[in-house]
Amino acid sequence: MHEHGHEHGHDHGDHHHGRELPQTELLTAALESLLVEKGLLSSDAIDRIVERYEKDVGPMIGARVVARAWADPAFKQRLLSTPASALAELGIRMDNLVVVENTPAIHNAVVCTLCSCYPWQVLGLSPAWYKDLAYRSRMVIEPRAVLREFRLELDESVEVRVWDSSAEQRYMVLPARPAGTEGLTEDELAALVSRDAMIGVAKVSAPALARREGA
Amino acid sequence: MNGVHDMGGMHGFGPVHPEDDAGFHADWERRVRAMMMGLIRRGAFNIDEMRRAIESIPPAEYLASSYFERWLTALRALVVEKGVLAPADVDDLIATLARTPESSPRRREDPTLAKRLLEPSGPRPRREAPARFRPGDRVVARNEHPKHHTRLPRYVRGKPGVIDRVRGVYTLPDTNAYGRGEHPQPVYSVRFAARDLWGDVAATTDSIYIDLWESYLDPA
Repeated sequence: MHEHGHEHGHDHGDHHHGRELPQTELLTAALESLLVEKGLLSSDAIDRIVERYEKDVGPMIGARVVARAWADPAFKQRLLSTPASALAELGIRMDNLVVVENTPAIHNAVVCTLCSCYPWQVLGLSPAWYKDLAYRSRMVIEPRAVLREFRLELDESVEVRVWDSSAEQRYMVLPARPAGTEGLTEDELAALVSRDAMIGVAKVSAPALARREGA
Repeated sequence: MNGVHDMGGMHGFGPVHPEDDAGFHADWERRVRAMMMGLIRRGAFNIDEMRRAIESIPPAEYLASSYFERWLTALRALVVEKGVLAPADVDDLIATLARTPESSPRRREDPTLAKRLLEPSGPRPRREAPARFRPGDRVVARNEHPKHHTRLPRYVRGKPGVIDRVRGVYTLPDTNAYGRGEHPQPVYSVRFAARDLWGDVAATTDSIYIDLWESYLDPA
């Protein structure tokens, strides 16, 4: 289905010796052992780097930024014009983020055609589809068809802007605030914002307000 | 280089898979990513060298590999290239690990090193260089086809664009990927009309923004 490494089955023959580890796992283990033995890395350093990217960061960070921008127009302006210092107001350390705002006339989406550059400091780890060859190749030439595959249909009159992250800058979309969210707190607003909306392959929808108003 | 990695606009890769959502599919991928980031942080090599190493994977292998398999291949190539590990040592250990029933990577803890590698690297140095272009300037992406690593993709070469912003001054990957110096230059956000890049298949309303180093551009 999705493009995925093939396990080449070199080790499947003999069940009596060692584990049937594919070549990729053996090579990874060998490199880790040797690099740690030589003191270039340590096992705990590797563990903690793994943790940093999976536990310490995630899309909740970006969602907080979006919610604050929706709730506070002056913050939004600072976020768009001087993002590093605006992020620092929220305790986020990132000096290379560019925030691009969706409006009724403009829809932004982010890609890295050459590799997979992604704003991990505010969105956490990139999803596999973002790094896949299909997304990388198609987003710059047929963004609307790709967005349709994400079930996002845009009107012909909307300008689609695709940002190819080819240098040091990393991009995050500021999605449009959905109608009917005027009464929500910042936390409630943040809970509406998906990672996909901050990449630009989804919009943010309001919660089921009929239910809420009836409560 | 005109490698398959430079794939903006290529056809044939099929649909996207929004449900393929995970950051990692297996534990070894986590270790590979962390080792690569740790070695960059350690100064064993830089990120431009990492990208160059991935791009150097032969095309058929590049396309058949998963994302992290490419990272693993590049990691092995870089540690050998930099003289950190000898290929024979890697191969011997693989053979040993394959034969050993309960083996896993030998562990060694070094809290001081771990702390150092987790510390954020200092802020990017603020470098100055006079900017040749200004927002609103019409430019053309150069029609160059170097064999070396570059961040000028084929799909914009020779195409007309407009400077949207000056992004700042940054190390040039084309030289930094080979230890040939940083050569910092201004980088610009350049807007290209989708029609100018792709012709009739593109919507007239749409545009692509891409960040390009000054030496990638000529005035129009």
